[in-house]
Amino acid sequence: MSDRYIKEKGAAGFFKSLFRHQIFIPIAALLLLAIFNLIVDPSFFKITLGYSSDGYPVLSGNLMTIIDYGSELAILAIGMTLVTAASGGQDISVGAAIAISGSVVLRVLCGTDSRPEVLQAPIIVAFLISCVVAMLFGAFNGTLVAYFKIQPMVATLILFTAGRSIAAWINNNELPIVSDKTFTYFGGFIPGVPIPTPFFIALLCMAVIALALKFTNLGLYVQSVGINEKSSRLNGLNPQMIKFMTYVILGLCVAVAGFIKVSRLSSINYSVIAKDIEMDAILAVALGGNALSGGKFNMTASILGAYVIQFLTTTLYKMEVQSAALSAYKAIVVIALVVLSAPVVREKLTDLWKKITGGKAAKSQA
Amino acid sequence: MFKFKKFATLATAAAMCFAFASCGPAQSGGGLIKVGIINNDPNESGYRTANDKDMKNTFTKENGFDASFAYSLKNDEQINHAQKFIQDEVDYLLLSAADTAGWDSVLKDAKEAGVKVILFDRTIDADASLYEASIVSDMDKEGQTAVDWLKGQNLAKYEVIHLQGVMGSAAQKGRSGALDAAVSELGWTMVAQQTAEWNAEKAQQIVQSVIDSGKSFNVIYAENDDMAKGAVAALDKANISHGVGKDVVVMGFDCNKWALEELLKKNWNYDGQCNPFQASYIKDIIDKLEKGESIGEKVVVMDEKGFDAATITQEDVDKYGI
Repeated sequence: MSDRYIKEKGAAGFFKSLFRHQIFIPIAALLLLAIFNLIVDPSFFKITLGYSSDGYPVLSGNLMTIIDYGSELAILAIGMTLVTAASGGQDISVGAAIAISGSVVLRVLCGTDSRPEVLQAPIIVAFLISCVVAMLFGAFNGTLVAYFKIQPMVATLILFTAGRSIAAWINNNELPIVSDKTFTYFGGFIPGVPIPTPFFIALLCMAVIALALKFTNLGLYVQSVGINEKSSRLNGLNPQMIKFMTYVILGLCVAVAGFIKVSRLSSINYSVIAKDIEMDAILAVALGGNALSGGKFNMTASILGAYVIQFLTTTLYKMEVQSAALSAYKAIVVIALVVLSAPVVREKLTDLWKKITGGKAAKSQA
Repeated sequence: MFKFKKFATLATAAAMCFAFASCGPAQSGGGLIKVGIINNDPNESGYRTANDKDMKNTFTKENGFDASFAYSLKNDEQINHAQKFIQDEVDYLLLSAADTAGWDSVLKDAKEAGVKVILFDRTIDADASLYEASIVSDMDKEGQTAVDWLKGQNLAKYEVIHLQGVMGSAAQKGRSGALDAAVSELGWTMVAQQTAEWNAEKAQQIVQSVIDSGKSFNVIYAENDDMAKGAVAALDKANISHGVGKDVVVMGFDCNKWALEELLKKNWNYDGQCNPFQASYIKDIIDKLEKGESIGEKVVVMDEKGFDAATITQEDVDKYGI
């Protein structure tokens, strides 16, 4: 009897906890993609050391592309996870907000001239101003959601609709182009460092949020508000303030992501910059196994989810899938995920596993 | 209703003012020619901004026009604007339709009211008797000019990355058609053919993935300037040289000013024009109609150039950059 107990704990129990564990989904998806690529073409994982046009060493390859282009999404996923957990809804205006904050960066850098020879302000100033602006827009969303009790998706629909026009207006509908070389470092490479800078920026954001979750009550408060607003108020929390805060934090994430985006091209196109990125950010949260209706969250899983999405995109580009069809493939992933993460299906799966292993155990005993 | 009233008063006031002052050329009735211009949102693209600016600079009071503008990217809103202009009894209705369908009935109303319709930039699916003229770009020709130029470069090999616009748009069809034909006829290699949806970021990722896969290529044929810019950003990152006399030939379309400057610096090789300056063509037609002359062909195709980095001058940049 004790033998069997150990066995169950060893095999079935392990898988049971594995299936239940939230981070299982993104890791499984990541492994699946990795195995798929390994079978189809192992050269997918090749990383080569080359030299940039200035003679500095740079690493390139599909994996580098993934950690490079996945950065913005990972940063957004941080904020989106908090917003989702606290308010039980999603911010669909992040793409438009990126257009705004990117536009602000360029406006400050360029001044009134859309093609300046020298920068009109230090890059750090431009970045900080864009942070403030993006946080203000985040605060606008947050106010609507927390204090006016508007559904998040409806509240953020306002900025979603107006954001790109605001972005165009900030620069008088001109397309500023920054010719300064140092500005390209943030979306490219810092001379001498062979790994793309966006990855470091993403790492920094992750470190900050990890520390915040570990040493402050942010995580606890956000989750308790998301799980039960009333009882958290009865316990002395201010749910409105906490919801509001999450939107401001998301605003900060938006500013960082927008900064990377404009740095990549040293320019901006208001109508298409970060197009549909809000959907990818929400998908990253869902991929991380977080309930989109709020409550408990797992930040690591969300960030992994973001990289899974970029992994998928890069794989599909590699397979030369028509880029117009990319969203269709993403949709398939979403369907699979939603079904998999549904409690009913999960229970069935663990039951099924129990039956298989349980049956075996019974047989061996007989 | 308020808007309409305000507009009507303004228009009458303006007309009276000018009738008395009798500035402007003598027209039938002695006043200004009233034109209603329906365009797409000027924020849509650099092309549209230039187009709108051109219209505003041409149809001025000094030139003898009383112009009203209405903008929308939505067909039904545009139709509402058109009806309003017809009620206001404009002489000419200039139209760049958001959508090709749905214009029959409103154009019939215009005809009955004696309003002459001139289409610009975009054609519509309506009977040709409903409009006086249509001034358009020939996208097929744009593509052909570019591909002919590419043929003329006599490269040792042609390995092309083709970045397409939003699939199904007139610009995409025309610009893709010529290249597709050349690829199949001349045995060029199509390394990658993807739509980047006019989007620089997507173009950058697509070119990045080709570079990562280690395939060789020596031509980037991007169907607009933004996508060419994205492609070049990917090339720069991977230290692949591009431009005149370099490893990769870069081609774009639309002649944005910044793009022509890249040509001037010899970082790109070719940029095809998509002419947004239709106003002078429209003015010619209106002048002819006012004099009672016939205008000949109903569909007017504008002259469009292609610029080669080897021959482009600063003058071209200033004149044709949008």
